[in-house]
Amino acid sequence: MIEFVIPLMLLAVSAAALHRKLDVFTLLTEGAQDGVRLLASVAPTLIILMTAVTMLQRSGFFSLAAPVLAPACHLLGLPEELAPLLLIRPVSASAALGVGAELMRVYGVDSRIGRTAAVMLACSETTFYAMSVYLGAAGVRRSRYIFPAALLADLTGYAMAGISVRLFFG
Amino acid sequence: MLSALWIIFLICALASDLISGAPYCVGTAALAGAARGAEIALSISGALCLWSGVNRVMEQAGLLSRLAALLRPVLGRLFPVSACDETCFSLLCGNLSANLLGLGNAATPLGIRTVQRMQQHSGSAGISDELCLFIVLNTASLQLIPSTAAAVRAGLGAVNAFDILPAVWLSSACSVLAGVLAARFFAAVTRR
Repeated sequence: MIEFVIPLMLLAVSAAALHRKLDVFTLLTEGAQDGVRLLASVAPTLIILMTAVTMLQRSGFFSLAAPVLAPACHLLGLPEELAPLLLIRPVSASAALGVGAELMRVYGVDSRIGRTAAVMLACSETTFYAMSVYLGAAGVRRSRYIFPAALLADLTGYAMAGISVRLFFG
Repeated sequence: MLSALWIIFLICALASDLISGAPYCVGTAALAGAARGAEIALSISGALCLWSGVNRVMEQAGLLSRLAALLRPVLGRLFPVSACDETCFSLLCGNLSANLLGLGNAATPLGIRTVQRMQQHSGSAGISDELCLFIVLNTASLQLIPSTAAAVRAGLGAVNAFDILPAVWLSSACSVLAGVLAARFFAAVTRR
């Protein structure tokens, strides 16, 4: 079933565009150019932050910090290998992408850890970034209860990532 | 923000390298990490471009406005005050619909205008409960098609890059629900 969601969606979107007498192919290639621009803006951050993250990983930081980080993971029902992703996800989208991709590569993209990492990446946002953009736009300094509420939403998402991967992939 | 993160990472890496007495490998790790960053960027580039193309078609085909119309009744109940102002409410529906479709480029400008409009209405120095809820919804992910995560999976040779869809939908729905409930709870508590 799920295999057909994407192809059917591609078909439906293209049909809707044709119905409006739009040039679908040109729109696709124009959009792909946006993709190139997006990539050009993400890649430098990704490369620099992956440099720092890899230094941190190989230095043994995460095994030193494990006594502190592991309980947090266990509390959320996640494998402790995901601790680095848990820390970086709300802070930087590029770094989280790098850390997540590395976890998927090391433990296997279709393993439980790999899948959970992918779901964690997908079911949450870069909370700190989004908060600072919108609070800046509103021009307010006091954020009232936004931070605890957003953090609670994030933690729920991470915990559910672990639960749903176990649920759907056994 | 990222400068601070960079410095903290470097200091922690150097310190733990010294403490753990490992073979002083952070120098090599720096170069290896940069190469990994470039590899990841390259491996997701194809899927990212394809999906940006689809996003463009969705936007031009009017899917954004149709979804916004569909969401109106639900959002009207969550944001009763903003719903009274037609301009503000259509910006708000547009932002959340764009987030749902994964149209990041469209979502952020709409969101910024929504926030400014809402802030004008509240007038006072503080921020209203509805504005808090709106920002919480924007920090939680509402995306229907997780294109970046799927691109990474595809780049690493997953059997089916999109087989995580049900898990992602369930997790993000619970996350958004938790955000809304938390915002409502805090709003009720702080009012008294």
